[in-house]
Amino acid sequence: MGVKRRAFLIGTALVAGGGIFGLKWADGSARERAGQLTAGEGDGSFGTWIKIGADSHITLYTPHIDMGTGTGTALAQMVAEELDADWDKVKVESAPAETAFANPVLGRGFLSEMAGSPRMVAAMPESLLSFIARAMPLQITGGSSAVRFTGQMGMRVVAAGARLALIEEAAERLGVPSAELSTAGHKVSHTKSGKSLSYGELAAGAATRDLAETPKLKTPDTYRHIGKPVPRGDIPGKVDGTTRYGMDVTLPDMRVATVMAAPVRGGKLESVDEKPALAIKGVEKVVKMDDAVIVVATGYWPAIKGLRALSPKFSDSGHGDLSTASIFAKHDAMRKDGKPDDSAGEGDVENELTATGTKLVEAAYRVPFLHHATMEPFAVTAHYKDGKLELWGGLQDPLASKMAAVKASGLDEDAVTFHPLTLGGGFGRKLPMYIEAIPQVVKVAMELPHPVKLIWSREEDVAQGAYRAQASTVMKAALRPDGTINAWQNNYAQPADDGGGAAAKLFYTIPHYAQDHYQHVSNQTVGSWRSVNATQHGFYNESFIDELAHAAGADPYQYRRKHLTEGGRHQKVLDAVAKDAAWGTPLPAGRGRGIAIVECFGTICAHVIEASVKEDGSPKVHAVWAAVDCGPVVNPLNAEAQVMGGIVMGLSAAIGEAITLDKGAVQQTSFGDYPILKMADSPPTVSVRFLASDAPMGGLGEPGLPPAAPALANALFAVTGKRIRTLPFLNQAGAKA
Amino acid sequence: MAITATVNGKPAIFEGEEDTPLLWAIREDLGLTGTKFGCGIAACGACTVHIDGEAVRSCSMPIGAVAGKAIRTIEGLKSADGTLHAVQKAWLEAQVPQCGYCQSGQIMAAVALIEKTGKPSEAQVDEAMTNICRCGTYPRIRAAIRTATGQAASAVKGGA
Repeated sequence: MGVKRRAFLIGTALVAGGGIFGLKWADGSARERAGQLTAGEGDGSFGTWIKIGADSHITLYTPHIDMGTGTGTALAQMVAEELDADWDKVKVESAPAETAFANPVLGRGFLSEMAGSPRMVAAMPESLLSFIARAMPLQITGGSSAVRFTGQMGMRVVAAGARLALIEEAAERLGVPSAELSTAGHKVSHTKSGKSLSYGELAAGAATRDLAETPKLKTPDTYRHIGKPVPRGDIPGKVDGTTRYGMDVTLPDMRVATVMAAPVRGGKLESVDEKPALAIKGVEKVVKMDDAVIVVATGYWPAIKGLRALSPKFSDSGHGDLSTASIFAKHDAMRKDGKPDDSAGEGDVENELTATGTKLVEAAYRVPFLHHATMEPFAVTAHYKDGKLELWGGLQDPLASKMAAVKASGLDEDAVTFHPLTLGGGFGRKLPMYIEAIPQVVKVAMELPHPVKLIWSREEDVAQGAYRAQASTVMKAALRPDGTINAWQNNYAQPADDGGGAAAKLFYTIPHYAQDHYQHVSNQTVGSWRSVNATQHGFYNESFIDELAHAAGADPYQYRRKHLTEGGRHQKVLDAVAKDAAWGTPLPAGRGRGIAIVECFGTICAHVIEASVKEDGSPKVHAVWAAVDCGPVVNPLNAEAQVMGGIVMGLSAAIGEAITLDKGAVQQTSFGDYPILKMADSPPTVSVRFLASDAPMGGLGEPGLPPAAPALANALFAVTGKRIRTLPFLNQAGAKA
Repeated sequence: MAITATVNGKPAIFEGEEDTPLLWAIREDLGLTGTKFGCGIAACGACTVHIDGEAVRSCSMPIGAVAGKAIRTIEGLKSADGTLHAVQKAWLEAQVPQCGYCQSGQIMAAVALIEKTGKPSEAQVDEAMTNICRCGTYPRIRAAIRTATGQAASAVKGGA
């Protein structure tokens, strides 16, 4: 039996207690293509995401790749829940990088977040949403989005609809009312007659039925899979070395290439003498691009030796004066000019900041460019043969990566295939808008009769990042005689706002409040770095409110608490972390505690950090407590891992990481001068608590990170009385780098 | 000139230039891709293998220096019948990996440490486990090493 196509129905439950919205999305051709790619004889395909095989096994095709966040397992738990499935009969596969598998829910999820009002998004004309989906084929993994958007708004609804379709199919075949049927063990059963039909027997027929637009989703009291600490399916292959990453692609007759692009971003390749590279045994070819030189060899070692033998001349394209100091100077000059590019707020900050009887507090904060430093540098393989181009790689958006290769090659979409593989870390670096490795490998592949794997050296990876922006702010606040905050002003400078305003927004109750953005763009590529704008704004806001607490002579925990809605989510998270950390109890001499709370990607996370200062002046973190309200937790075991990882990455950046510029070029070269936190400096004790919450599901890949830097800075202030306002800490006077 | 050594108990012949790092000989010539390239300067440890029982960063070890040596990679940790090494089992139990790219190296470093010390102290763990994990799995690596060596339950909660 062939595959039946039905209207692809996506339901989106955008607000708890709100409506569930049906959305006819994909057109017939997309469903047909998806079916051709995934379904076998007798299988039933539901949407483009769920397949029930003739053997009753369920496969879900996730549009998200595996970059370490465990979303495949969480999505499988959600599908298993709604389909009443047994865990050992559910498997997860990567959706092919095809438009048929684009993820419209993600577009809608982000829209709802950006619009701030789910109602408004729900009211958007379908044509507009459709347009966005077509314009931006999404298979993106990022924005802490997979579980809360794809899972909660997409997978669960499609799975629940598929279960109802199986019941309806069984009702018709058995000639009984569907209300008398139940599902268990991958069967639809009629208790009265003792008859049953397996999912496999029903799948093909059920898939011809219209899926219910508003299927009732399971409630937490009946969960069998959601909320359970299920071991992740991807982990065994990562323990025995068999997982295949982009780096591990091996093809017959394959060549290896490595690249050097202009050290000053925006610079061009002026000239290069190819001979020194070609003299190295194993080097076969030197390929010149507009802004880069690439060496092709029989293996990585001759390729990198060949590249190092070259002395390419690059221009600086007019960026030769740019430095870390010049960027901060520009920020300060713009603030002095006082003409922000955009502003938000409420009340009358201008007057209230200097109101009679109030105390003005001012502080300036600076943060550096940050590099993702994924453990796997870019490694993308391409093979051009008979007018067709095939690519292999572990990148954050397979579909958009394919489209980037289509663009770079000038070939038709049909002539290009992208094979998604596991990523050795993403954190925002492997999003296709900044993957220069794609046009680079496409160019080389189209000049070679062989497949070729382009590997970026670590030096290239560090020098050519898509960094978290170098940014700064000057904060001002006016305190009333009782110490509470009357007015607050954030004068932040960074590149294009791109969510900065949302990240800067306060959840504290302050009547007069303003956030003014001064936009400064350098030659550097600014990308999404895990938690994005919440990293710098979390540091600004949570350092500054700590300063205000001390200025008011108040306890930093109680002071925050006083400015939060009584009994609200933020206050509950803060109370939970303070309780776990035994806030206020005595500590050994030389130790201090710091507290911070940040909301991002729909999740509220607070940390308490206990720290001291080592003899060399560097910080020692003794323990971290985290409390998290992310709404319902799908997989607590992995949720904990995500928050722990965020804490470690946040501490790493706060303590030692900085990309600096001189003469327009990045000064760092590798892990030697871009230090990542290691075991010995990571907290020996990390405790993560998730609050029971019925709030809408929030993200988890990112929100564990931002409170780490301010909580540590606040803890060190408690120890030393010295306020750290410039990151990283190791750049401070008195601390050895 | 060809260099002979043993890799995971089997004879291996490396035919590349003598300055070729062992990492690339293992990955590209032998096709054992469980050992990873991270930095090429022995700073991150993703390429950690054992040479005569010592944890070594193979990206900076030329094949010219491994003649006659016994090399063990992540692929050689399982026993002949496919049973995981105790350290790998502990890694599974603690659900250590996230992206997983550094974990072959982390596991090889941990195995060498445990083979040498039996039950490493916290200080020995800090000193020996200098491999970088960008996902920040250190708390669970620490817990897994304790589990593998039968030491007291970790200070880090192993799940909710």
